[in-house]
Amino acid sequence: MQLIYFASLRENLGLSQENYELPDTVATVAQLITHMRTRGDHFTAAFENSLMLRVAVNQMHAQPDHPIKNSDEIAFFPPVTGG
Amino acid sequence: MAHIAVQAEDFDLNNEVATLRAGRTDIGAIVTFTGTVRDVNGTLKSMTLEHYPGMTENELEKIATEAESRWPLSGCTIIHRYGELRPGDNIVLVAAASAHRQAAFEAAEFLMDFLKSKAPFWKKEDTGNESKWVDAKESDTTALKRWGK
Repeated sequence: MQLIYFASLRENLGLSQENYELPDTVATVAQLITHMRTRGDHFTAAFENSLMLRVAVNQMHAQPDHPIKNSDEIAFFPPVTGG
Repeated sequence: MAHIAVQAEDFDLNNEVATLRAGRTDIGAIVTFTGTVRDVNGTLKSMTLEHYPGMTENELEKIATEAESRWPLSGCTIIHRYGELRPGDNIVLVAAASAHRQAAFEAAEFLMDFLKSKAPFWKKEDTGNESKWVDAKESDTTALKRWGK
């Protein structure tokens, strides 16, 4: 799957996007966030606070129980501040 | 029917209103909102807006479609800029046209409330000494509640 990071998350990870193989144990957005915390270093810190984390699956806002598959484009970002 | 644009370039309010009402005589009310870069403390050098190309346009289309389903609009316009902006620069334009003022007022406010909490934009302020991402406001989320969301 394609993982994309925006704003402070992108800066904290030093990464704007990556190809990542969906682990067998991950089936939802919430499980993916939990998994990301196990990747260590910057990932553990960046994904620690769920309240500051928003997720889009295939460019649509997604809730924690949203199912995911390996062909998805998944974006992580802080709460939006446009307008 | 809605005109949606996500662009680095500035926009011209008069041109956008002229486009919105071109060839129409059934419009009785046009409400516009312009958001600009604010420098309250006199310390802001620039503001950079990042967005999620593709999703941004989709979200703005959805917001406009939702407004058109709630109010009898003759048309609406949403233009949002990205990139590096200076204090006083335009950021966003929302315009709603209808036969009557109540629909135009309410739709314009609805469009802005939803844009602020759903459209994937992020602001970063640069004072020259430091740059800092702008924190989201709780009030932007609670603003949605009065629209039943």
